[in-house]
Amino acid sequence: MATIDQTAEPTRHSADLTQPEVAPAKTLVMGIAFGIVFGFLLQRGGVAKYHVLMGQLLLEDFTVLKIMMSAVVVGALGIHFMHRAGLVEMHIKPTRYASNAIGGLLFGIGFALAAYCPGTGAAALGQGNYDAIAMMVGMLAGSYLFAEASGWIARRIDPIGDRGKITLHDVLPLNRTAVVLATVAVICGVLVAVELLTIR
Amino acid sequence: MHEFVPPMLLVGEIDPLQYPGPAWSPYLVGGLIGVLSMLTFYFSNKPIGASTAYARVAGLLGLLVAPKHTRSLKYFKDNPPNVGWELMLVIAVIAGAFLAAWTGGELTGRFLPSMWQDRFGSDSYVLRAIVSLAGGILMAFGARMAGGCTSGHGISGTLQLAIGSWISAICFFIGGVIAAMLMFAQ
Repeated sequence: MATIDQTAEPTRHSADLTQPEVAPAKTLVMGIAFGIVFGFLLQRGGVAKYHVLMGQLLLEDFTVLKIMMSAVVVGALGIHFMHRAGLVEMHIKPTRYASNAIGGLLFGIGFALAAYCPGTGAAALGQGNYDAIAMMVGMLAGSYLFAEASGWIARRIDPIGDRGKITLHDVLPLNRTAVVLATVAVICGVLVAVELLTIR
Repeated sequence: MHEFVPPMLLVGEIDPLQYPGPAWSPYLVGGLIGVLSMLTFYFSNKPIGASTAYARVAGLLGLLVAPKHTRSLKYFKDNPPNVGWELMLVIAVIAGAFLAAWTGGELTGRFLPSMWQDRFGSDSYVLRAIVSLAGGILMAFGARMAGGCTSGHGISGTLQLAIGSWISAICFFIGGVIAAMLMFAQ
């Protein structure tokens, strides 16, 4: 029995990885359907345009902020109440202070250089901005580069300020519904201020 | 008169608002992306995110070129490269944006964006390619380290009130604003 187990394990392992797994057709079709809508919305929202994205980072054009914050308002309310009704599962990413902050700053610098982020870059290419191809090639190289460093980062950086999957309602002395409503109220306040104080 | 204006002063004339804005209201688009998030949670049990797709393709290419080495890397051990929902989403974003630009008469078909060209010149093809490539490398590394990008953390993570997502999203903009200001400074 022991011999069988030892030979069976590596065989299954290598089979998993040499032949890349392809998700079921239904999953792929759903991804395509949601992607088409997402891309359509990104382009119509103007965030496939270089000057709209760069205008946001230059603090002149607040289209990006308005889109993101409106999405968060609708999504936070919708997904919170759907979760309360038992319709959806949450997908909270872990909080790791050092990795979130360092990775976030590196991402931001790259965002300014490319002007496109990973999603809007795909939309920019669809719109006909061919410079997005260079950014996408860079994304592939950067992803592999990260994988090269992933062991070291997981050992040395991720543990710094690793707080697990914490949320605002875990740290505030309020229940989740109250925190969701308060967050939505704050974002709406910011949006009103942005609308009053800026040109676009 | 114009020929006496030093180039550095012309740079100051680059105003992002002089170029055409979005076709639809950002609040409408944002609200609909919020609804789309609800639908992906409900129907696909997944949050919207774009950067993972690039890591999947990088891993698949790695398996073709250097399978043994690729398999030994921690990130690909934890996240085996596959053809799945995330990759289809990003490929379809290209198609969706094409459809929107085509039907809206906004197809560009150019390598140098107007605003870039006004700042760096109409012959800056190589510079744009290098800067765009470098931006992609930094973004992918940063997104994987932080755990997500502008959509994964910036929208899907913040709407679930995850603290790491709020920190990451704020850092995206801090890094981005500083770098953009330096790029377009007079």
